[in-house]
Amino acid sequence: MNKILFSAVSKKFVMALAGLFLLLFLPVHLGINLMLLKSDPEPFNTAAHFMATFPLVKVVEILLILAILVHVTYGITLQILNWCSRPVGYAVRNKSDTSAFSRFMIWTGGSVLIFLVIHFFNFYFIKLGIVEGDPENFYAVAQQLFVIPSYAILYWICFLILGFHLYHALQSAFQTLGLSNEFWKPVIRVISLIYAIVIPLGFAIIPFVILLFK
Amino acid sequence: MITLDSKIPEGPLEQKWKRYKANAKLVSPANKKKLDIIVVGTGISGAPAASALGELGYNVKVFCYQDTPRRAHSVAAQGGINAAKNYKNDGDSVYHLFYDIIKGGDFRAREANVYRIAEVSNQIIDHFTAIGVPFAREYGGSLTTRSFGGVQVSRTFYSRGQTGQQVLLGAYSSLVRQIKEGTVTMYPRREMLDLVVINGKARGIVVRNLITGKIERHSAHAVVLATGGYGTIYYLSTLAVNSNASAAWNAYKRGAAFANPSFVQIHPSSVPQMNEFQSKLTLMSESLRNDGRVWVPKAKGDTRPPNDIPEEDRDYYLERRYPTFGNLVPRDVASRAAKERCDAGYGVGPTGLAVNLDFRDAIKKQGKKAIEEKYGNLFEMYKDITGIDSYTEPMRIYPAGHYTMGGLWVNYDLMTTVPGLFAVGESNFSDHGANRLGASSLMQGAGDGYFILPYTISNYLASEIKTPRINTDTIEFQEAEARSAEKIKRLLSIKGKQTATTFHKKLGKIMWDHCGMTRNEKGLTEAIGLIRELREEFWKDLNVPGRADELNQELEKAGRVADFLELGELMITDALNRRESCGAHFREESQTPDHEALRNDDEYAYVAVWEYNGDQPPILHKEELKFEFVELKQRSYK
Amino acid sequence: MKFKLKIWKQRDAHSRGSFVTYDLDGVAPEMSFIEMLTYLNETLIGKGDEPVTFEHDCHEGICGSCGMYINGYPHGPVKGLTTCLLSMRYFKDGETIVIEPWRAKPFPVIKDLMVDRTSFDKIQQAGGFISISVGAAPEANAIPVRKHSSDLAFDASVCIGCGACVAACKNASAMLFVSAKISQYALLPQGRPEGKDRVRAMIAEMDKQGFGSCSNTGACEAQCPKQIKLFNIARLNREYFKAY
Repeated sequence: MNKILFSAVSKKFVMALAGLFLLLFLPVHLGINLMLLKSDPEPFNTAAHFMATFPLVKVVEILLILAILVHVTYGITLQILNWCSRPVGYAVRNKSDTSAFSRFMIWTGGSVLIFLVIHFFNFYFIKLGIVEGDPENFYAVAQQLFVIPSYAILYWICFLILGFHLYHALQSAFQTLGLSNEFWKPVIRVISLIYAIVIPLGFAIIPFVILLFK
Repeated sequence: MITLDSKIPEGPLEQKWKRYKANAKLVSPANKKKLDIIVVGTGISGAPAASALGELGYNVKVFCYQDTPRRAHSVAAQGGINAAKNYKNDGDSVYHLFYDIIKGGDFRAREANVYRIAEVSNQIIDHFTAIGVPFAREYGGSLTTRSFGGVQVSRTFYSRGQTGQQVLLGAYSSLVRQIKEGTVTMYPRREMLDLVVINGKARGIVVRNLITGKIERHSAHAVVLATGGYGTIYYLSTLAVNSNASAAWNAYKRGAAFANPSFVQIHPSSVPQMNEFQSKLTLMSESLRNDGRVWVPKAKGDTRPPNDIPEEDRDYYLERRYPTFGNLVPRDVASRAAKERCDAGYGVGPTGLAVNLDFRDAIKKQGKKAIEEKYGNLFEMYKDITGIDSYTEPMRIYPAGHYTMGGLWVNYDLMTTVPGLFAVGESNFSDHGANRLGASSLMQGAGDGYFILPYTISNYLASEIKTPRINTDTIEFQEAEARSAEKIKRLLSIKGKQTATTFHKKLGKIMWDHCGMTRNEKGLTEAIGLIRELREEFWKDLNVPGRADELNQELEKAGRVADFLELGELMITDALNRRESCGAHFREESQTPDHEALRNDDEYAYVAVWEYNGDQPPILHKEELKFEFVELKQRSYK
Repeated sequence: MKFKLKIWKQRDAHSRGSFVTYDLDGVAPEMSFIEMLTYLNETLIGKGDEPVTFEHDCHEGICGSCGMYINGYPHGPVKGLTTCLLSMRYFKDGETIVIEPWRAKPFPVIKDLMVDRTSFDKIQQAGGFISISVGAAPEANAIPVRKHSSDLAFDASVCIGCGACVAACKNASAMLFVSAKISQYALLPQGRPEGKDRVRAMIAEMDKQGFGSCSNTGACEAQCPKQIKLFNIARLNREYFKAY
């Protein structure tokens, strides 16, 4: 039993499951965020309130936190092991034909993690009461942040990086879970591409609209 | 002085092996554990032998010069492996397979041995299939076969153009299974330098650890050589560049007689030589001749691109000369026919030493996809090497040294003239006579290793159960080690000007020119002188850099070339002795009016067995070949 | 042709290595990369210098002995070729060629460009076989196999065990190698009885040998001289989870 828990393949499997779970959450989050585009703060705040208080969502919230922790910890652990697998590197950079997205997952993932921490300070920790603020009016908090151009730009960059991460992540998850073959691989690739463009783009539109039109 | 006893069991042909097995002595499981066996070589006879003996419970030690047993050169066999399954219902049978091999070998092989290998051929296919070798299949899920040269049935099982790789990896998988079980111990990166004979019996070997340079002693109750052929003596051949004759040659010097050394198969289809730096001639499988048509222009010096030469200006010389077998004549016949055309000035390509192998008609008829399915990897490899796309332009091919039918003499037990020393696969002489048919080498190698040796070696070891583990401190081991160390020291101390490769190239040229596809009295006599001169030069002017106690690839090469320089003389001596043409051995003095090989059964229906005699010329012994079950005929493929 | 060769030289496993630069003239475009290096060695020996140690044997891309990291590519810049089939016509006259050994913890350097790939044998030993002893096999056609499955099994089993997948992978992962073996047996009915034990054992051994994990980058597939496909890794993953 030890072997399955600690094998690299299993770690990847768990990472992929956790990652997929996070991917399921993103469209929900995006759906709520899109309400920021309305001039009426009510729908957004109601949704935020619902997310903060409904018991079932509470369970999902714990799962999400766990998923992030597992995904990040395993990602870093595996990366360290992977670096150890080649103690002496090459003098000439490896030019093997691979997509850049796949080679830099640890870095894109790390960037997303930093963004997540900032994001938690801005919103989630307010809800938890760790940081000061009004948890009942996230609409106002968001509006205030997005009108700061430097914040909006940082936000865009982060979602661009998230897009890179997602494009490889989704394909990779299917491969790791053993759900890819000759027939499905191109299909999965297209789905990943659509997902990796639509979701980050959806998020990125919000500060864009707010900056320009408000 | 050796005596030859082939130990062929009495009785009708199809009963011999059954009777042998029924009467063979057995060794109990408890005693097997106490008996050590050394297997040298991990190709398609060595790996099967070692794993089968391990499965039986013997304590096996296996040696190879490569880093892993999976790299033995059997891996490069392309076309297939024969068996008398008769899945195609085309009239095949064990007898037909036996007869084809005997006839293909131009009646210079032992009937009983050949019948036995044909008999076990079906079991080989069963076993390889069971251990997961992916042979080609029909849509219905059954195994499929293809035709090969020299026969009129379709009995060759294959895995695209990589059959050797697939069966070798299968054999390797059984071998590692036994290594895991602990019955087999693997010693990779070791080169056998000498055989140790104690009280007339083979009791061990001396090897060089190629990483540390240390000479090691290993003992056993019996030693099995599965060390392959000596085709690299030509320098340019289809063999792996490190394949060598040293193990067999040193066994010869310790008393194992060498049989028919001059019988070398020149394969008709290899990529032609392109320049002087070339180190290797790459084989293009004989199976290509199933669909490819061989031709040269009808006019001398026709330099038009092949596709511009119209049908009426092409000479499909194999189809013209051999209407019955056409492009599927045996290898020796196809090789000589190509040489004849090229020597007469009809050759193609920049050197004029090549003929066309054209797939135009097959592609037209079956479609490109069907051809790709069968030969895809060969076409790719050809393109990698030459840059020519054979789907649109004919391949250019020329004969190259390939397989040695000659080898250590063995009796029906596969035992050499040294008791306790066995030889299997290409390293022995036993089954292919003067010419081997395509897809028979994998069959013979695997058959020897899996299904024959385990019986015969047990029969021998049954009388050794009281012999305790062999001590490696005996005087014989010390002497063998000292001899090997002395030779290495000598090679390193010459400090001349020329590298081992330079000498190897020179030797190769002498052998190819005088003891290659065709031979004659004058050329052979001259070659003996040339080889002696070269050998003298070698020991005066060789340059081996580095030391003995380290990884030293030049030293490895030098040792091998030193042995080849001696073996070459024996090959020529044998070729001189055999004043007849048979199979691959073509003496220009002995041919039919239409230039086919002319045998002389009255004088030469024997195996020429050479015994080492120190500095004196080797002693010739003759094993008369008695043909009780087949009638000797002039081989005809017309 | 003329080349500047920057080659990794290392006395033995315990020594520290460094690059040595050689100028080589008179290379013919039709030489293979191995023949070019052999030619270099001949000239070095002639000058009394130490030759470069590297492995090669069959010269037809099937034994898996050769393998070096050439200008940033395992087996060089041309896809689907081993080093021994890589022809010099693919290089520009006057070019500098940097040649390094495979780099991976489980492939320690033995000398110069020669590495120890015993770890592959160890993985195969853990379970890469079907436990049927000589004599126990049923009639070959008693086990029908779907042609498509048999063809896929063959495509996987053409692996030559050269280690280019490990050399190319940023994690030095052996997943492509292991998946090729697992796939071959998983696709054939003969391999099914031991399927679960095999995949567990081989994966455990792979980790034990110190290979990295798979990031699904596809560098292995891109550099595999036998063009073994990434689907095999998906199949390996599938087989592994089914095994528990």
